[in-house]
Amino acid sequence: MIEYKNRKNRIVDLMLALLAILAALVCIFPVLHCTALSFSGAAAADAGKVTIWPVDLQLTAYKKLLEEKAFFTAFGISVKRVLLGGGINMILIIIMAYPLSKDKREFPQRNIYMWFLVFTMLFNGGTIPWYITIKNYGLLDTMWALVLPCAVQVYNIILMMNFFKGIPKELEEAAVMDGAGPFTTLLKIYLPVSLPGLATVGLFVLLYHWNNYFDGIILMNSASKLPLQSYVQQFVVSVDAKQNMTTEQLLELAKMSSRTLNAAKIVVTMVPILVVYPFLQKYFTSGLIMGAVKG
Amino acid sequence: MKKKSLKKAGRTVIVYNLMMLPGLILLIFFSIVPMAGIAIAFENYKPGAGIFHSKWVGLYWFRYIFQLPNGVQVIKNTLIIAVMKIIAGLIVPIAFALLLNEIRKSVLRRSIQTIIYLPHFLSWVVLGGIVKEILSLDGILNRILGSIGLEPVFFMAKPELFRGILVVTDIWKEFGFGTIVYLAAIMAVDISLYESAAMDGAGRWKMLISVTLPSIMPTIVLMATLSLGNILNAGFDQIYNMYNPLLYSTGDIIDTFVYRTGLVDLKYSLATAVGVFKSVISLIMISISYYLADKFAGYRIF
Repeated sequence: MIEYKNRKNRIVDLMLALLAILAALVCIFPVLHCTALSFSGAAAADAGKVTIWPVDLQLTAYKKLLEEKAFFTAFGISVKRVLLGGGINMILIIIMAYPLSKDKREFPQRNIYMWFLVFTMLFNGGTIPWYITIKNYGLLDTMWALVLPCAVQVYNIILMMNFFKGIPKELEEAAVMDGAGPFTTLLKIYLPVSLPGLATVGLFVLLYHWNNYFDGIILMNSASKLPLQSYVQQFVVSVDAKQNMTTEQLLELAKMSSRTLNAAKIVVTMVPILVVYPFLQKYFTSGLIMGAVKG
Repeated sequence: MKKKSLKKAGRTVIVYNLMMLPGLILLIFFSIVPMAGIAIAFENYKPGAGIFHSKWVGLYWFRYIFQLPNGVQVIKNTLIIAVMKIIAGLIVPIAFALLLNEIRKSVLRRSIQTIIYLPHFLSWVVLGGIVKEILSLDGILNRILGSIGLEPVFFMAKPELFRGILVVTDIWKEFGFGTIVYLAAIMAVDISLYESAAMDGAGRWKMLISVTLPSIMPTIVLMATLSLGNILNAGFDQIYNMYNPLLYSTGDIIDTFVYRTGLVDLKYSLATAVGVFKSVISLIMISISYYLADKFAGYRIF
């Protein structure tokens, strides 16, 4: 890079850095504010004294949350969903992305499959037929309803496929020479060198399952089967959107709910992502860029 | 020897097909079969009678949409919100990517990137909850307004503010992640272009305008083209987690309307018709955008 030595440039540098830092602070502020609320005293929170640092530091909200068994049932369902659903997603992504990464000479039917996958990604029957179909299969109120309809994630398959395309052909040719079949080549040659790609789609899959609330709301009839995000959605976020309410009623409702407890629920819902994110972040930018490069 | 390797190639192709099979079956069950349910939009669907025995009504529901008092309003809301988001969603990430590129300290740059990508990974359930808390009558924003002597505003009961709130919070969630593609394009700019610009005595602003921006223009055009496909995607998750009945006049969109009509009021046929209307138009728009992207930027999804 070209060096700037003079003073004017250093001032400009400083201003730009400050601007970027400010933007980053705006980005992180809501998360910090919510966390601070959850650790604050109820009175301080209601008086609006809390900004990004807890006022009257205490764990009252979290103690109250511990008594809410249903919340942790929902947490457990979400963990189960991530493991089962995410596992199925990853297996399908890997075994479908691999043959699709071959060109037409090696895999003559490739383009037919590809068009089919892309069509299912771009067009769907809409929410109602989707719901009625899953209901007809008898999957309502079961874990499978949260796992099977989204088992094939076309976007992630394409991402992984482009990643596989970037792996040098020579590696595969050597393995095939030694008599390795497709499965062996995939497991022994492709996967070990695809860690950034796997981490990227892994992160996306994990987030998809952890963050999805809509299918839980629609497909689970009993409140005890809701995954965490659906639970928080129903009992924290949109309690006020349920019926037609007047402005006065909305105000009343806002007064009754405990904001520190609600904040604590939101924080616990975010924590798994905040924990995993820094570890996967270093992979996903490179994984995403390599996956987007056309082979 | 040659025969043997041909046989082996044939076996490999069979294995490739087998690898596709499980996913294919799942897609047929959960993507193709529901498409048959589109028939509901052309019927007076009764759950008891099912798809095959409900009365066929042709295009009745599609005409009905436009006779509904809020039908046209919902389509209008969808378009306005989506277009506002598309425009802001192009400008802000480009500007911020250019800004980040000017930051020389790589530790600082990487820390900022880590922070601004984060909101993308949080759900609208979580963020909607936080936004509502911040904007509530005794939330922090109203405290700040109060401290400078302004009257508190009940943001979540003001239809005229809602679209603005949607666009700002959507940008807040996504602009960081949106910079990734532009940063990648900036990295790929030939360094010698900068060197010769410096030789000509260009300052950094001049370089930004005459080297960086033109170099990433193909990427900008590509992203703009692809965003055409989102013309009817006003963002269900965001709005569903932030709106309430007081905000329907400006914030009710096709997707939230389908949800309430179909799954709350159980008017299956009307909701399916609205959904099909959206799916078909979206498919056409996406196809056009992919065609243009392929033609002008050589972009292909596979």
